[in-house]
Amino acid sequence: MIPNLTTPDFLSILPETIVFVMGMVVLLFDLFGRGRPIRNLAYLTLLTLAAAAYADWTLLGQGLSGFQGTIVADNYSIAFELVFLTVTAFTVLISIRYLEDQEFWFGEYYALLLFATGGMMLMASGRDLLLIFIGLEILSISSYVLVGMFQKDPKSNEAALKYFLLGAFATGFLLYGIVMLYGATGSIHLDGIAKALDGKSAAENPYILFGLGFLLVGFGFKISLAPFHMWTPDVYEGAPTTITAFLSAGPKAAGFAALVRILVEGLSATQFHWVQVLWLLAAITMTVGNVLALQQDNIKRMLAYSSIAHAGYILVAVVVGGAEGLGAIIFYAMAYTFMNFGVFAILILASSKGRERVTFDDYAGFGYLEPALGLAMLVFMLSLAGIPLTAGFAGKFQIFKTAVEQGYIWLTVIGVLNSVVSIYYYLRMIVVMYMQQPTNHSISQRAVPSVPLYAAIAMAIAGVMLLGIFPSLWMDLSLESVSVMTAGR
Amino acid sequence: MTLLGIPILTLVIFSPLVGVLLLMFVGRDSGELAKWVALITSGATFLVSLPLFFAFDSATTQFQFVERIPWIVSWGVDYHLGLDGITLFLVLMTTLLTVVAVAGTWSQTTRHVREFMISLLLLEVGMNGVFVSLDVFLFFVFWEVMLFPMYFLIGVWGSERRLYAAIKFVVYTMSASALMMVAILAMYFYNYRATGVFTFSLLEWYQLDLLIEVQYWMFAAFALAFAVKIPMFPFHTWLPDAHVEAPTAGSVILAGVLLKMGAYGFIRFALPLFPGATTEFLPWLIGLSVVGIIYGALVCMVQPDMKKLVAYSSVSHMGFVMLGLFALNDQGVQGGILQMINHGISTGGLFLVVGMIYERRHTKSIAEFGGLMRGMPIYATLFLVIVLSSIGLPGLNGFVGEYLILVGAYQVNKTAAIIAASAVILAAVYLLWMFQRVFFGEVTNPKNEGTPDLNWREVSVLAPLIFLIVWVGVYPSPFLGKIETSASHFIQLVHTKPAERRAMLFPKMASSQETKPAVALRPGGVKTR
Repeated sequence: MIPNLTTPDFLSILPETIVFVMGMVVLLFDLFGRGRPIRNLAYLTLLTLAAAAYADWTLLGQGLSGFQGTIVADNYSIAFELVFLTVTAFTVLISIRYLEDQEFWFGEYYALLLFATGGMMLMASGRDLLLIFIGLEILSISSYVLVGMFQKDPKSNEAALKYFLLGAFATGFLLYGIVMLYGATGSIHLDGIAKALDGKSAAENPYILFGLGFLLVGFGFKISLAPFHMWTPDVYEGAPTTITAFLSAGPKAAGFAALVRILVEGLSATQFHWVQVLWLLAAITMTVGNVLALQQDNIKRMLAYSSIAHAGYILVAVVVGGAEGLGAIIFYAMAYTFMNFGVFAILILASSKGRERVTFDDYAGFGYLEPALGLAMLVFMLSLAGIPLTAGFAGKFQIFKTAVEQGYIWLTVIGVLNSVVSIYYYLRMIVVMYMQQPTNHSISQRAVPSVPLYAAIAMAIAGVMLLGIFPSLWMDLSLESVSVMTAGR
Repeated sequence: MTLLGIPILTLVIFSPLVGVLLLMFVGRDSGELAKWVALITSGATFLVSLPLFFAFDSATTQFQFVERIPWIVSWGVDYHLGLDGITLFLVLMTTLLTVVAVAGTWSQTTRHVREFMISLLLLEVGMNGVFVSLDVFLFFVFWEVMLFPMYFLIGVWGSERRLYAAIKFVVYTMSASALMMVAILAMYFYNYRATGVFTFSLLEWYQLDLLIEVQYWMFAAFALAFAVKIPMFPFHTWLPDAHVEAPTAGSVILAGVLLKMGAYGFIRFALPLFPGATTEFLPWLIGLSVVGIIYGALVCMVQPDMKKLVAYSSVSHMGFVMLGLFALNDQGVQGGILQMINHGISTGGLFLVVGMIYERRHTKSIAEFGGLMRGMPIYATLFLVIVLSSIGLPGLNGFVGEYLILVGAYQVNKTAAIIAASAVILAAVYLLWMFQRVFFGEVTNPKNEGTPDLNWREVSVLAPLIFLIVWVGVYPSPFLGKIETSASHFIQLVHTKPAERRAMLFPKMASSQETKPAVALRPGGVKTR
């Protein structure tokens, strides 16, 4: 039976369509435009992202649902899609100069970025386990390739292989989870699952608990929760720096988007079980991320562990739930995007042709060599550490505020103490930049100017400060957007 | 009600930012210019803050120069400022000491002068913000943000072990204030449960009646954050490191203002918000204060390093301040508040004079000196005045504060007062002994021959402090008169049950609610638009 497809069906996937179609167009351009600078492809990608964001913006508040409810364009998915589009836009901005520095001329890079973005968008808007799975696979496979893009760099190859093998393993877990849930409830649609579970005790059916467990393992890998985080530092260190930035912000947010939707819309009957598990995972993830970040000498590795810690903070919000808690996830994802990309943009700007600058020692005395960039780095580090007047603080405040409200006092105490620990390693960057004497290894040349990178840094600073001082700018939409999920449930 | 319609508190807080902006455009090599910009900005800020002293109404118990506009509506955060007799002099002292710190560091800071001055001015913004915030969220923002300029001052311009000291300072304070944040959030929800309103307004929180078990936890979290800052024994170990490593300007501000924030926090937050827990914990807190007084004094006796000696003397002197505040009677609290100012002036002065000799001889070790009196008579005289003020000699400022504190404490706890009083003698011993070893006798160390005396700039840096030392010592009424009302209001607040505080906090509203409709509350009864 072929169902009748109407305009709302297609409108609901308009942003995704734009991204996927333009991804292919970028491929074609690359094919027929050999010899032209791939810079042009970057601009085309940026235009695509802007168009998709505009499409999202017009769909805001309409709550469209298409293809028999398997995909929606509700405010929840739109808010997350705006985060993904911002992530990719930042990635493109910081890639332009980076790829030229690395003498890397493959236009497929931008096409793959667009495909990955499309995959993330499907994850946020899918309400059907298979569709979410397909989105995840599009994202994952694109990411595996992007991580291994530098064919001649053994570290990049190692990272890609590790990511691929472990990722495939995690995908297997996820698929097991989906199969078990299907077996237990007879549906892969979230509404169907919720209906089947309604009023029943989950403990009656071990398949549901196993399904839930496998699902959590699969997603735990994707959003690198401890103890499924082992791959993260190696992959982040080996991947091209721009892709590291992308991975630490985009796919994680997408993982959270899908996980939260599945848990809240499909599996809310088992809330009792997953809240306990996630409580523990959140505590472990925050602690493991922060403690291991303390001893890193490579900034990319430090940021890898720090991204694990931040995933832990976001997980606190998942545990807490409710409009305030789930809204905090979206807010935090955006805040993290700004501060994280700010740091990466500076790392790339400070690097030069053939010489990446990603260890702490490189930055000794950097604050005096480059006062403006040093100041920007300072702001991003304070934001990552969660100091007031920055986006990072506003996000943490919303999370911990809600956690205290719901009575998760101990989880909050673990969280705030963890953020005190994190201050130590974020301050290390500041110590190095301002309080240590430059050595022969440290950066001694001023950065080569690059407009896209300046634009990225300026946007990141603006984002961090604006969301920090006037959090309502993004908080209101974040909180409102989750009401579609929490209302009437 | 602002001063003549000018939001004066906002001006006082944010004036230094003008200097910060200007400094960002000063070239990195023009240190002289940077110093002048900072001096003029901090001087202007001090002048802007002076009208507060004259326009202050010492009759009312209410907050004055109040400003209130919504800031983050969805969280119920207001930009809410106000000043009372407790904070008036703290603000004035902050603006004055910043000028003194800038001028006092003139020839001592040679590296990265511009960044140094930016840090100092940002610090001033944070400190004033802490003192005048009436919204707990706003208070917390200033409280945290202020740490970082200080961290820079210690970490960039400090001496050899500066990194260790800077990190220790931040980690200590941050850990304690992180727990305070959890307590603040809890208070926020307790208040919501009781009133149905999400607000961080301190005046609303004052009316919140909490179960005594809850108060214990809340009090503990707040008190820990403040005790680290003061620092009270046994949370004081960061202080000597921070002080010894910090540059002179940093030490002056740290001792002069930052330590006061802990004491201020007790007055404004911990004691009035949790009166039940306060009563319960008071004997312990008094005990810790006395231990701090004696411990600090004893440790001072054996210090071979002048700066470390002054640092430990702060532990002892802040113990006095806390003893006065915990006495919770008129004399004690007034003395405590006045002593905060006195300590800021005299300890700030001590760090300045130690910095001056360090600049000349590059050592702070007492054993290196001797017989300085001959070559540096002006220096010796000014040093002596400040030392005597710190000891509490009658006729100088320290005496007034300590006397009031001891009188107040005696009424509450005789043992504590008597033990504490003995520390006055100890203070005389360690300070005068240091003075004797440094200034009297023959010049034994040939390196001290021909050390130049103070120049006019250094004298004029110390002059305002000496002036205040004598003024407060001889004629304290202008100061005590302005402190008095707010001090007794604070005591009353602690002794009143939260549920019955409304009339105290909003006397106008409480009385006019029965007689007049709310609209008539606007000035002149005119409905504005």
